[in-house]
Amino acid sequence: MLEVKDISKKFGDFQAVDSVSFKAEKGEVLGFLGPNGAGKSTTMKMITGFLNSSSGDAIVCGASVNDNPLEAQASIGYVPENAPLYEEMYVREFLEFIGKMRSLEASKLDSRIDEIIKMCSLKEVEFQKIETLSKGYKRRVSLAQSLVHDPQVLILDEPTDGLDPNQKHDVRRLIKNLAKEKCILISTHILEEVEEVCDRCIIIGEGKKLFEGTPKELKEKSEKGRIQDVFRVITTGQQVQGVAV
Amino acid sequence: MIAQVTKELMIKEIKSYFKTPLGYVFLVIFLFGIGYLTFEPGRGSFFYMREASMSAFFRYIPWMFLFLIPAVSMKLWAEERKSGSIELLLTMPITVRQAVVAKFLASWAFIGLALLGTTPMIFTVSYLGNPDFGVIILGYLASFLMAGALLAVGGFFSALTKNQVVSFILTVVACFILIMAGSPPILEFISALLPKYFVDLFESLSVLNHFDSIERGVFSLSNLWFFAVTIFFWLFGSIILLNENKAN
Ligand SMILES: Nc1ncnc2c1ncn2[C@@H]1O[C@H](COP(=O)(O)OP(=O)(O)O)[C@@H](O)[C@H]1O
Ligand SMILES: [Mg+2]
Repeated sequence: MLEVKDISKKFGDFQAVDSVSFKAEKGEVLGFLGPNGAGKSTTMKMITGFLNSSSGDAIVCGASVNDNPLEAQASIGYVPENAPLYEEMYVREFLEFIGKMRSLEASKLDSRIDEIIKMCSLKEVEFQKIETLSKGYKRRVSLAQSLVHDPQVLILDEPTDGLDPNQKHDVRRLIKNLAKEKCILISTHILEEVEEVCDRCIIIGEGKKLFEGTPKELKEKSEKGRIQDVFRVITTGQQVQGVAV
Repeated sequence: MIAQVTKELMIKEIKSYFKTPLGYVFLVIFLFGIGYLTFEPGRGSFFYMREASMSAFFRYIPWMFLFLIPAVSMKLWAEERKSGSIELLLTMPITVRQAVVAKFLASWAFIGLALLGTTPMIFTVSYLGNPDFGVIILGYLASFLMAGALLAVGGFFSALTKNQVVSFILTVVACFILIMAGSPPILEFISALLPKYFVDLFESLSVLNHFDSIERGVFSLSNLWFFAVTIFFWLFGSIILLNENKAN
């Protein structure tokens, strides 16, 4: 459903993403891990067609982002880093705007927005201005925004970043509920999150893919089952006792 | 002909002018400002001219626009880039070209509304005498076209920087040069540096000359072409610029 082929991005002389490839299927939550600056967001921006790749391509539900960006974008729901929104709009109005931009039929728009509002528990703030919402609510509005057109592929860039533990829990539960019918790529540097929601994960560092496998495989590399040690060994090359990669 | 996404974005953008005080502040300053300048009992103003025409009104339009249009255009792209919402916008199935056109048309429609708000002046003038309505309509057309050209310039500078204040200042400077391009001091300055050919070229780029010629009731296709090309040129520049720097 999502196939990334040797995708690379250069900013001037700086190689931010270096020939990264992976695949994800329907029903799968693929974790996208790496330290800050590893190139996670840049990769996601290329998959969503926001940035042009320097080389390589991403195929989303059969559509190439390079050759047919509008078609690829139509099957993607995207939560950008820091979940930017149109702050001056009201929650419902904003979701309606997204629905119209995503060419939802006018007759179905209302019922679809109702559904989304329920799914993301936004009922209490439906008619509130986005700028007045708490961070947790804003994040849910951003998730809601990505779901309006019922996309097959979801790209979530650190959707739980900056939330308190309860809000993190809510967002993760929502993601798990969605997982069955969709293909989800979720970036994070919170390792517990990987174990909780991801079926498979990829680790990148300095733009290169360093690991691909299940969270279980990752954990088993450490004798003590300490996933953070494995992460450190993979991304920094340091030696940690009891960890073999 | 216009894609649905373009239309939807345009509607959202027009509404957004009325979601912040900026839109209302603009309308109030514009309407009171132009009213004051027109009827203020000084030289060249309405009463002094003792004729039932709106030429006093149209004479001040370019100078009102010089400061107010950059205020309308400054946020077009700067705000989207600063908040990151540009990422939301451009990952929806809309091209940069469509988005640039939609935002431009929305800002133009907003200025159109502001101009509509001045139409009571027509009744005042026709109550006082027998104005030439053809000339008045051409005056409005000239004002609207000029607004389009200056907004296209402003959209470009809004795409250039994330800082709205910088965008405002750059647009004022650029618009001032465009408006004044045909004025003697600027032409003298240029003729000291460049051959005559460039001086003529520069003079023909003067927004004010084209505005004046329409406003005086001399409307030619070349005036229309001038504004169309100016708008096209700056919108095209915005598209190139955004494709380059949208992610920075
Ligand atoms: N527009 C840009 N211009 C130049 N460098 C950039 C740009 N965007 C990101 N980078 C650099 O690319 C690297 C990867 O960034 P990013 O993809 O945001 O990392 P991550 O999301 O994994 O934290 C970083 O070193 C960042 O500074
Ligand atoms: Mg990031």
